Amino acid sequence: MSAPRVAIVGGGPAGLSAAIALRRTGIGPVIVIDRDPAPGGIPRHCGHYPFGWREFRRLYRGPDYARRLVAEARAAGVTILSATTVTAIHAGPVLELSSHDGLSSLLPERVLLATGCRETPRAPRAVGGTKPAGIATTGTLQTMVYGSGLRPFRAPVILGTELVAFSALITATHAGIRPVAMVEPGPRATARFPAALFPSLHGIPLLTGTSVEAVEGHDKVEAVILRDRNGTRRLVCDGLLVTGRFRPDAVLLRDSGIEADPATGGPVVDAWGRTSLDGVFAAGNLLRPAETAGWCWDEGRRVAGAIAASLAGGLPAPPPRLTLADPVLGWAMPQRPSAAGTEPRLHLRLSRPARGQVVATGGAGDRVGFAVDSRPERRIVLEAATLPAGPVTLTFREDPA
Amino acid sequence: MVRAQDTDDLFDAAVIGGGVIGCAIARRLTLEGWRTVLIEKAADILDGASKGNSAILHTGFDAPEGSVEQACIVEGYAEYRAIHERLNLPLDEAGALVIAWTDAEAASLPALIAQARTNGVTDVSPPLTPAQVLALEPNLNPSLRSAFRVPRESLIDPWSAPLAYILQAVENGAVLLRGTEVTGGAFDGSEWRLETTSGVVRARVAINCAGNWGDVVDERLFGARDFTLRPRKGQFVVYDKPASRLARHILLPVPNKITKGVVVCRTVFGNLLVGPTAEDQDDREAATLVPETLEALKRRGAEILPALAREEVTAIYAGLRPATEFKDYRIKAHEGRNAVTVGGIRSTGLSSALGTAAHVWRLCAGLLDRAALPDPLWPRVPNLAEALPRGWQAPDNGGILCHCERVTRAEVEAALSGPVPAGSLAGLKRRTRVTMGRCQGNWCAATLAQVTRGRLPCPMAEAVE
Ligand SMILES: Cc1cc2nc3c(=O)[nH]c(=O)nc-3n(C[C@H](O)[C@H](O)[C@H](O)COP(=O)(O)OP(=O)(O)OC[C@H]3O[C@@H](n4cnc5c(N)ncnc54)[C@H](O)[C@@H]3O)c2cc1C
Ligand SMILES: Cc1cc2nc3c(=O)[nH]c(=O)nc-3n(C[C@H](O)[C@H](O)[C@H](O)COP(=O)(O)OP(=O)(O)OC[C@H]3O[C@@H](n4cnc5c(N)ncnc54)[C@H](O)[C@@H]3O)c2cc1C
Repeated sequence: MSAPRVAIVGGGPAGLSAAIALRRTGIGPVIVIDRDPAPGGIPRHCGHYPFGWREFRRLYRGPDYARRLVAEARAAGVTILSATTVTAIHAGPVLELSSHDGLSSLLPERVLLATGCRETPRAPRAVGGTKPAGIATTGTLQTMVYGSGLRPFRAPVILGTELVAFSALITATHAGIRPVAMVEPGPRATARFPAALFPSLHGIPLLTGTSVEAVEGHDKVEAVILRDRNGTRRLVCDGLLVTGRFRPDAVLLRDSGIEADPATGGPVVDAWGRTSLDGVFAAGNLLRPAETAGWCWDEGRRVAGAIAASLAGGLPAPPPRLTLADPVLGWAMPQRPSAAGTEPRLHLRLSRPARGQVVATGGAGDRVGFAVDSRPERRIVLEAATLPAGPVTLTFREDPA
Repeated sequence: MVRAQDTDDLFDAAVIGGGVIGCAIARRLTLEGWRTVLIEKAADILDGASKGNSAILHTGFDAPEGSVEQACIVEGYAEYRAIHERLNLPLDEAGALVIAWTDAEAASLPALIAQARTNGVTDVSPPLTPAQVLALEPNLNPSLRSAFRVPRESLIDPWSAPLAYILQAVENGAVLLRGTEVTGGAFDGSEWRLETTSGVVRARVAINCAGNWGDVVDERLFGARDFTLRPRKGQFVVYDKPASRLARHILLPVPNKITKGVVVCRTVFGNLLVGPTAEDQDDREAATLVPETLEALKRRGAEILPALAREEVTAIYAGLRPATEFKDYRIKAHEGRNAVTVGGIRSTGLSSALGTAAHVWRLCAGLLDRAALPDPLWPRVPNLAEALPRGWQAPDNGGILCHCERVTRAEVEAALSGPVPAGSLAGLKRRTRVTMGRCQGNWCAATLAQVTRGRLPCPMAEAVE
């Protein structure tokens, strides 16, 4: 294969939109590499609405949306390599690839990492008990139901109430699966109205302030032990659907020399999407826990502009690194913000619900405050132009309760 | 799969229990020319104690001096080293550090070093200073007091090894009966008639390697038991691959009388594990995970390696050690009954298995007159160790199916066929590592459910009508 100018790792909304935008600015060849048998990313497995409003002013189901993105990419002259996994990335940049034919390598001028994110499975959560079959994430459920016409259980308990849990509920109803309960350790459902109404509309009890303490069953799940303020009780079910708590799929950063941000779980990037490794950019849900497909698509377009400018030799030096100096501030990205970047905003999330002032202190000690009243699942967006100059430190001044 | 009814011939030996010990014994007897059957009650081998251990190949440096256990470990260690390459089994000579965290523990190191030397492990280091230890392992908590090094403590693949043993047995003529429980038996002076859930199995010699059921099987065969099993549960937390860079050595605590204590070590698969606990229980089957204990293990891990606090957990598991009221193994030849009990292989069976098999062979060699196989077959098992060539790096691999562990479709197909195909999803995982990585099947479970359809007794999913 001749060396592409840009190689994009991951053919989800972020990777495909970047590829399309790059080709439309006349850059070529552009190759998109995806480990799945077909490109499209997560939407390929989401047989439900809503996708595409921001991009196309139309509502699509996931698979139709993915098809449209792929068709546009092909029409724009993007080369798509499916069933091929990028197994390593090194300075150069050099990509190591594995496919049916074994190992190969690629030396593009620029690389865009757009490998997305995934849910946190059972193991890292404090769910004890046995390890029978029938414990799945939403991702598994969706690929089974929409991809293979299979279902791993009939009457599971759903753990978590982020938006994705409601997507799981819809998928369940499509497959004749009848969840016995939806369980949320927090005081109320994470996702906002109207999604939170959905379970009661379907007659599924929503149990807040409740955690799954243990799983029972040898070969298959037979029951779960629930704990709430009144103690524990056993709920008969045949599966546990573990939802949400997304984490960037950042394993490629291992041994690559690319700096990772423990707070987001993704790479450290600047306002142009540049990572710490020369010639390597990142976009989409790899950057932080899940945003919508439309958001990631927009990020892909923006980073395409940055890649095009860097190929033309026109990107400024990376701006200074932002410091988060209060544990209430969960994460922020780009970690090197700049109003001049293709992403001129700063995205911030709290680690717990809080109300107060985010205080940005600049290099010269000048301060700017931003009033926030937010929760971890809500996006806070600041314009980088409003931040003070120089290396910025963010602190938090909480309002008295 | 072979059923007991189909095999009304008389075997030379019936090995009861397909744990690492039974697999190693079946191999040894087969190589010695005995027609052997291995009977396992679960749908696949390695469903008992052998399904969850620390995967350390011990030198026996801290085993009780003069014990059967110590002798079997030394012999097992040596044979593993001698044969691992022929069977394509990994050996990671990580070396261990026995670390003293208190002055009292530091004071006990010279005695442990002396014990190691008595046990024939003469290459252990003298006590090291904290600076020397930190030079070897810079990520260790600097509050350690002292440590000594055991260079040959090693890491192996805890599932491929017993699989290779039973595979070599089967390829050289042994019969494997799975899903078959021995429920009783009688010896008539010349042969055993074993009652099983799939018919009678006849054999001249019976060998009980039933792990956590050893005493129960002894009662079924001999009407008496010489020991009582009380499983000792060990829980583990497994960290994702990036954590494995934090420690090169196996980090051992100073052992106490009850347990070897919480270990931090890499696995040959490229992860890092922290565990096990030691919790006595009556249940012989269920190794349940307890969230508070797992949290305590994570805290202990982060005390030993502070940087571990920032690493991600990918898996949790627990195993049951076949512990008895005795410290040493309970290996006994039943005079005049052509039988051997191999019980209480508590916490070192993976290391000692080949040696235990040689020991058992010597106990029963005189019972029958057979010639060792002149030219046995040496099957090679697929390598799963990260440091050695893997399927995904070679051509014609069918593509990667499980991304986290980089398991190819060809590897899964191979594990579902051949002389000892996976008998359960758990068995398929142990043969290939599918779904055992950080996403725990998020991406590949659907593909896997399709590939395994109709090929596993307990399907992963059902069709949506
Ligand atoms: C259950 C569920 C329901 C959702 N519902 C909606 C919805 O209704 N509306 C909406 O807007 N958004 C929804 N989302 C979110 C949306 O799917 C994501 O925002 C979007 O897919 C993110 O795009 P991405 O390009 O960053 O990553 P992804 O779509 O995750 O794509 C990443 C791609 O990278 C590939 N890849 C990863 N690693 C490698 C590698 N090493 N080598 C090669 N390829 C690799 C993967 O195969 C994948 O195709 C949902 C998400 C989930 C999980
Ligand atoms: C937490 C933990 C950590 C450990 N760490 C290490 C280590 O690092 N290094 C090391 O060397 N060792 C280690 N060990 C010890 C090692 O795992 C055990 O010693 C070994 O697995 C014991 O093997 P076994 O074959 O005797 O028993 P098992 O593996 O239990 O095998 C017995 C088999 O017999 C079957 N069975 C029972 N009853 C019947 C019946 N009636 N009919 C037919 N089949 C029957 C069972 O299903 C089972 O498969 C560890 C163990 C644990 C639990």
